[in-house]
Amino acid sequence: MSLTNTRPEATPLPLSQGEEHSESSPLSIHDMTIAYHRKPVLWDIDLDLPEHHLIGIIGPNGAGKSTLLKSVLGLIPRASGRVLVYGKPFDEQRHRVAYVPQRESVDWDFPVSALDVVLMGRYKRVGWCLPIGRTHKKIAMEALDKVGMADYARRQISQLSGGQQQRIFLARALAQDADLYLMDEPFAGVDAATEKAIIALLKDLKSSGKTVAVVHHDLQTVGSYFDTVILLNMRVVAYGPTAEVFTEENLNKTYGGKLTLLTDAAEALARNQASIHRETKSE
Amino acid sequence: MIWTFLDTWIVIIGVLSAVACALLGNYLVLRKMSMMGDAISHTVLPGLVAAFLISGTRDVFPMFVGAVVIGVLTALLVQTISRIGNIEEGASMGVIFTSLFAVGLIMIRQTADDIDLDPSCVLYGAIEMAPLITVDFLGMELPRAAVSSGVMLLVNVLFILLFFKELKISSFDPALATTLGINSTLMHYLLMTLVAATTVAAFESVGSILVIAMLIVPAAAAHLLTDRLWLMILLSAVIAAASAITGHLAAIIVPGWFGLGDTSTAGMMATSAGLIFVGVFLAAPRYGFLSRVLSRARLSQRILREDVLAMLYRRAELDPDSGAATLAEIRRLLHENWRVGLAVKALSRKRMLARNDGGWQLSPAGEAEACNLVRSHRLWESWLVSELGLRPDHVHRTAERLEHVTDSSMQEELFKAAGSPDQDPHDRKIPGNL
Amino acid sequence: MNVHLRIIAAALILAIPGIASAAGHHLALPSASDLWRVLSLQDYNTRVVILGTTMLGGAAGLIGTFLLLRKRSLLSDSIAHATLPGIAAAFIVVSLFGGDGKNLVGLLLGAAAFGTLGMGSVLLISKYSRLKDDAALGIVLSVFFGLGVSLLQLATRLETGNSAGLNSFIYGKTASMLFRDAMLIGVSAAGVAVICALLYKEFTVLAFDQDFAAAQGYPTGILDFCMMALVVLVTVIGLQAVGLILIVAMLVTPPAAARFWSFDLRRVLVTSGIIGAASGLFGSAISALMPNLPAGAIIVLVGAFLFLLSFLFGSARGVIPQRLKNRQTSLKVEMQHLMRAFYELAEEDGAAEELEKHPVKFEQLLRERAWNSTQLKRILRRARRGEFLRVGADGDYSLTRAGGRQARKFIRNHRLWEMYLITHADIAPSHVDRDADQIEHVLDDAMIERLENLMNQTDRRLLPESPHVISSQKGEAS
Repeated sequence: MSLTNTRPEATPLPLSQGEEHSESSPLSIHDMTIAYHRKPVLWDIDLDLPEHHLIGIIGPNGAGKSTLLKSVLGLIPRASGRVLVYGKPFDEQRHRVAYVPQRESVDWDFPVSALDVVLMGRYKRVGWCLPIGRTHKKIAMEALDKVGMADYARRQISQLSGGQQQRIFLARALAQDADLYLMDEPFAGVDAATEKAIIALLKDLKSSGKTVAVVHHDLQTVGSYFDTVILLNMRVVAYGPTAEVFTEENLNKTYGGKLTLLTDAAEALARNQASIHRETKSE
Repeated sequence: MIWTFLDTWIVIIGVLSAVACALLGNYLVLRKMSMMGDAISHTVLPGLVAAFLISGTRDVFPMFVGAVVIGVLTALLVQTISRIGNIEEGASMGVIFTSLFAVGLIMIRQTADDIDLDPSCVLYGAIEMAPLITVDFLGMELPRAAVSSGVMLLVNVLFILLFFKELKISSFDPALATTLGINSTLMHYLLMTLVAATTVAAFESVGSILVIAMLIVPAAAAHLLTDRLWLMILLSAVIAAASAITGHLAAIIVPGWFGLGDTSTAGMMATSAGLIFVGVFLAAPRYGFLSRVLSRARLSQRILREDVLAMLYRRAELDPDSGAATLAEIRRLLHENWRVGLAVKALSRKRMLARNDGGWQLSPAGEAEACNLVRSHRLWESWLVSELGLRPDHVHRTAERLEHVTDSSMQEELFKAAGSPDQDPHDRKIPGNL
Repeated sequence: MNVHLRIIAAALILAIPGIASAAGHHLALPSASDLWRVLSLQDYNTRVVILGTTMLGGAAGLIGTFLLLRKRSLLSDSIAHATLPGIAAAFIVVSLFGGDGKNLVGLLLGAAAFGTLGMGSVLLISKYSRLKDDAALGIVLSVFFGLGVSLLQLATRLETGNSAGLNSFIYGKTASMLFRDAMLIGVSAAGVAVICALLYKEFTVLAFDQDFAAAQGYPTGILDFCMMALVVLVTVIGLQAVGLILIVAMLVTPPAAARFWSFDLRRVLVTSGIIGAASGLFGSAISALMPNLPAGAIIVLVGAFLFLLSFLFGSARGVIPQRLKNRQTSLKVEMQHLMRAFYELAEEDGAAEELEKHPVKFEQLLRERAWNSTQLKRILRRARRGEFLRVGADGDYSLTRAGGRQARKFIRNHRLWEMYLITHADIAPSHVDRDADQIEHVLDDAMIERLENLMNQTDRRLLPESPHVISSQKGEAS
């Protein structure tokens, strides 16, 4: 089923700029649209993340920030579009991507220790059915140490403060030893000390050649935290170096929202239960 | 099949109990407490036995009290254990109701000589025998089960009528209810009391299995049919009654097809409620599974029709001398196969397409429709580029989707918001500008 | 909450004597020789039953833990009820084709097929309709069971085959467990244990953080299905032993009880297995001693009793240890406050160096913090009992040697923490006292050491200055 295969008027373009770069880009998203229950929440996202950068994803509530990360990871089906990680499909590159979900997404009453959670970052490398070897435990302990939680390795996770829980999540991502880190609001509900520690860690990651994309809420700290920002509100409003893009005008566009038309259209699509077609054929 | 007065009474008892349960079930389903109904209908067993042991009689009243007490106790225990012990409510329910049920089984075994209470009877009831046990009610000799279920039905109807507002608010938003001065906890326990009472009234005749089915299934089905509470309650009552009637019919007819006698009426009532639920689950107009699939298929066919029109319009625009397009050509251009034939046929029926030397051409009506679509498409493209800042080579696809849901007022708004453009970002004329 | 408890207690107390007196005269206590016979497993039949139920309990406890952590405890209820039509259908089909309808393999296959179908229906309904989990569970449970009851009754009308005994799947018939039944349970239980051990990592990550597992590339759908298939397996093999209503208890109760004992999943799993096995063991042993008691129900009640014990006394989350711990913490905090009050009063008078020789009046102490005189008297009494304090002739209080040492330690921790907050966490000095107050009581030695290194205050004899001016109004601020 397809709505759009005929394109008498779309100029047959050479590969867009994005795709030429995608060989080296840690994450390139091409033409991606996401719908929740048939209601589009992200429209035609085109992004090529630069390497060795600390990238902030900024936008109002419901702008689709978390959705963007989840769809990249394949947790939400894409209505259309393509995602490449270091030039290859995500499925082949999973081991190079670490994901830090929102802290509220799990049950912190779960009977595991901090170390157990961090070890989960190693499970895929340990392999199915095999016990966890000493090297993996060592790596996990190092990750805990990096976030300043080595003393809490044996502590049950429900006995940790919010900031400490967030650090544990971070340590789990570190233990994955990935190249691209996708973090969903790592600063939500953490204390000032933790926030400082986390941002220092992220900057370390960046300088060691990793790419870190962070969903962030606090506009005041954007300037000092990130060198690149993505301003998002159902579509990419602006994207580029913080100094150029993080302007009042762009913020107004992001948060002010002249989007009633788009929301109306999205509602209409949802109401009609019109499925936004999935890519069935390659282009 | 021979229909006797017994069958009439069985159906009457079944309908009365089923409707009495279904009424309360609406609130259980809406409060996400369906399984509490299940738990309570299991735990009345020890309540009944305890009442019998304490009172020493099989009188209705002590049994009733015993079961109601244990029913409310179940609700209390489940909540208390889950809150104090900080465990999930489902787990605490599982622990409590199984333990109490086990207690009931042991008590029955211990007192087997004194009491004639078969646990199977509690589970499946003996609705087939129910019409034979009669009581004198207002001078008439009526089956006891009919009287007790009838009374329970009346009580439940009154309860819902009297507390309609309060129940609605405290089911929907307990916090709001509290601020409005409605005691949600009280409503909760009133509801639990009535669930226990209804269970007891029904268990002897129809068994707890039918009680659970009727508490949950009709209300769940009704919830898929409507968004209005009163209508939901009404529908659940109708579904419950229908399941009771068809259930008994099925119990005495269906086995005959296989050359067997009849089967458990209570079981078949639950089964036919289940079948009604499956039907509703698939075919409910708005929340049904099939209807969603169907409406999606219809929609995609409409979209394809529109695509045919727009494509012919653009083709004529690019080359005014291109003439009529053959079906094969349309198929090729739209990358679609058999569905195109259907779409073209439908369009020619609507007189949007006309036959012309072996091919198809837009009729004046079709051209107007196509013009409108292309206008929506290009306005969206202009708007997406100028207002959202998308790249011109990226907007086509989005516009493709949106053109199908754009009505005339949205079109006008777009036109204004995009700065009244004459051309789209690909330098094509936007048709239909005044 | 307390009202609830009281009502429950009252109801139980009222009910118990009546039941007990009525039921009591039927219970004959076993003789010593009977006791010995059962406990030494001399009786072949008893041996089979006890072994079977013990293994069943262990396996159910293991897989039940994952079920609990997936927050799907009651799914076991629906699965169990959904097996009934499978059993009846299998009996009818096999009988119609001339086989022995009561062939266990056929019955259990039927049960497993319908159990899986029921589980699938629950997931399907809650995924593809607006109904929530609870409604989906209830619908499947009641409809499948209703269908089962009807089919069962049909089965009794069949001319071929003798359907008597099919009812035992509802209530179980533990006592007549055969050797092959126990074998079946043993093999399945071993299988469940091995799979749980092998897939421990995968099940854990799935239960803890499904999104993360999916992002890692784990086939979460398949893993989830495996987990639920194990639940179906345990349910099916347990049907004969305890029946379909009570098998739920074996899957739900042991894990719920085990969670009170540990915060570590491995231990929870083992504890849950042990609790399950113990309920099976003791339950069937008791019922072997007192044949008048149905074994399935007794097993469930032993489990419930163990749950109650765990609920009350569980070392990790049990109600009583929790209360005790809270009480101990508050006692400790009170004592620390008292000691600090002594030190700060001395410091104000410039007598910090000679803390032990600086007597303090009751009224002074009372002003130092937001405590009333009754509370303060109680704390002072405890301090005297601990020999941290002595009372002078004029009724003044002064610290003993030990008390002084404690006071210096507490004040030092407090101030180290304050300094840390100011230098490392950007907290305004005026707020720091209150923040420090909450944390310092939970500082352990390792953390103190880290603080010391961080603040370059490794000499334990030195006491840092307070980072803010100690005002006499401080009692109100904290």
